[in-house]
Amino acid sequence: MSDHGPAKGFGRWLFTTNHKDIGTMYLWFSFAMFLLGGVFALVIRSELFQPGLQLVEPEFFNQMTTMHGLVMVFGAVMPGFVGLANWLVPMMIGAPDMALPRMNNWSFWILPFAFTMLASTLLMDGGAPNFGWTFYAPLSTTYAPPSVTYFIFAVHIMGASSIMGSINIIATILNLRAPGMTMMKMPLFVWTWLITAYLLIAVMPILAGVVTMMLMDIHFGTSFFNAAGGGDPVLFQHVFWFFGHPEVYIMILPAFGVISAIIPTFARKPLFGYASMVYATSSIAFLSFIVWAHHMFTVGMPLAGELFFMYATMLIAVPTGVKVFNWVTTMFRGSMTFETPMLFAIAFVILFTIGGFSGLMLAIAPADFQYHDTYFVVAHFHYVLVPGSIFSLFAAVYYWLPKWCGNMYDERLGKAHFWLSFVGLNLTFFPMHFVGLAGMPRRIPDYALQFADFNQISSIGAFLFGFSQVFFLYIIIKTIRGGEKATDQVWDNPEGLEWTLPSPAPYHTFTTPPAIK
Amino acid sequence: MSQASVRKIFIRLVLVTVGMFGFGFALVPLYDLFCDVTGLNGKTNTEAFIPVAELIDTSREIKVQFIATNNENMSWEFRPEVFEVTVHPGEEVQTTFYARNPSSDRMVAQAIPSIAPGRAATYFHKTECFCFNQQTLSGGEQIDMPLKFIVDRDVPRNVNTITLSYTLFDVTKTGVIQTDSLVAR
Repeated sequence: MSDHGPAKGFGRWLFTTNHKDIGTMYLWFSFAMFLLGGVFALVIRSELFQPGLQLVEPEFFNQMTTMHGLVMVFGAVMPGFVGLANWLVPMMIGAPDMALPRMNNWSFWILPFAFTMLASTLLMDGGAPNFGWTFYAPLSTTYAPPSVTYFIFAVHIMGASSIMGSINIIATILNLRAPGMTMMKMPLFVWTWLITAYLLIAVMPILAGVVTMMLMDIHFGTSFFNAAGGGDPVLFQHVFWFFGHPEVYIMILPAFGVISAIIPTFARKPLFGYASMVYATSSIAFLSFIVWAHHMFTVGMPLAGELFFMYATMLIAVPTGVKVFNWVTTMFRGSMTFETPMLFAIAFVILFTIGGFSGLMLAIAPADFQYHDTYFVVAHFHYVLVPGSIFSLFAAVYYWLPKWCGNMYDERLGKAHFWLSFVGLNLTFFPMHFVGLAGMPRRIPDYALQFADFNQISSIGAFLFGFSQVFFLYIIIKTIRGGEKATDQVWDNPEGLEWTLPSPAPYHTFTTPPAIK
Repeated sequence: MSQASVRKIFIRLVLVTVGMFGFGFALVPLYDLFCDVTGLNGKTNTEAFIPVAELIDTSREIKVQFIATNNENMSWEFRPEVFEVTVHPGEEVQTTFYARNPSSDRMVAQAIPSIAPGRAATYFHKTECFCFNQQTLSGGEQIDMPLKFIVDRDVPRNVNTITLSYTLFDVTKTGVIQTDSLVAR
């Protein structure tokens, strides 16, 4: 079995049930969507370079903000982490493959169809969805363009893909661990993905439900969200955010796992507080279900509701703080070196904390009335998503790429990519805090004159960040095609079963379970 | 590895998925129930309240204000006959709203009520309301629509003014949807 290599030609990718092949496809798909969503973002930033309407119509601008959000959340970040899980979870727990390999193939291959369908709405009469990635009713029902139906089915397919991926990951982790790999010996990346997969299974069906209600309102005359028929648009927001808040943790928990793998390697110390990391992740997952209405402080909730959601939200800072302190303590007095994955990991810890703090500001219900729907919110969630989720994906690629393809990346180029991204992202998103606090609303193509300077800085930063990612593509391709051969360990005594395998990792690994110390 | 236990987990997780999909829909009546119990959202009763002989609390006076709004693209003239009445808790009061269809076509309208402050909603009982049914007017026709209500004697002491707002929706196209089919009372 172990000398059975991959099939030849395109059929290899179409019919593969190999977790490494599927992981690779997920990662490339994620990167393609990252570039597509990035192009949408650059359209937004180009229009906002100056006040007034220059390049695009307001209608098209709204389509860009919507598509940027949808593509980045469902196309770039989520499949990116599923790709990492496919590659790494079996290798980390000593399993030969995923538990349900055929379903694995299916859950990947429906994704390109979903996103082709979503992207095709840009070419349709009436344009693409223009109601924001949160698609609040009635904007997404009564006032939606006809293409909304394609959007709904695309979301259904993405949801099905995520649910199948999660079932697979849970079944793998619970069943295929090598003998001796107890739950509390699992690497944190495996732990965070296990919890994430449970979150996905709990909330993706809710998302499917809410778009189904929209579909019925639009085409079958029901009135879930239509006040004239006895429905309620505020209900939409409750159901959406009941999905939406766990969703933001779905996008960050695997990142916590990645960072918890990288920092110990380059600090040359074991991770501080492993057990507390597991418990903190679980508490964050639990709390994510009871804070959703902090996205809707301004809809007119009673005082008790505002207070409950405010305090519950602030409570999340506690387990998150545990994590940040654990990472810092891991680095403390370590013999640190600063290879590219570590640079991204350290930037993650610092910048994600900034995003966490602005989140705390937004959690203060009375203050949120001023921040709501301003650029401050945009600054906040980009600070947790870009240096959070995206940087952890970059860090993971640099950290594990030598294991995947057998070649070391060029350290000089990697560092250059890091610094360009770091400067670009801070230039883009930091000024958004200021314009937001000064009152610039989000999702507008034009703005008052006094915001012009900061917006120009943001736009310049966005182009710098965007083009750095083309550079990243070049670095990856260069590494895959050649370069210095990586050793089996790749790094200096990294922890984990994947480093006991040869580099590049053979097509089939752990067909006989490894011995766990 | 055991295929049987993979199958068991798979089946369980699929059941959870189906269950959560159902839970998404269950949130709809739960939400209405929650609003109903807490009186949030200013929703009022959607079927006639059966009054029980109650004493009138003449020691208190409560101002009830009426607002009539047209939803967008609704062409009807729509207004309360009086904009404000002063009532005693427990007393049944009648007022009317005027509506006229200025177009030349038959149109169907549905009025959707909302109460502010929201915590007064559970204490505002409508014994008769044009909002319980849809209103059909042919072109040029006009109508005086009755509203009878009782403000409950238990209305909180700090509620002195209640605003009842109606938004009129054009449901000519969507037609037969009944308000109480989806709203849990």
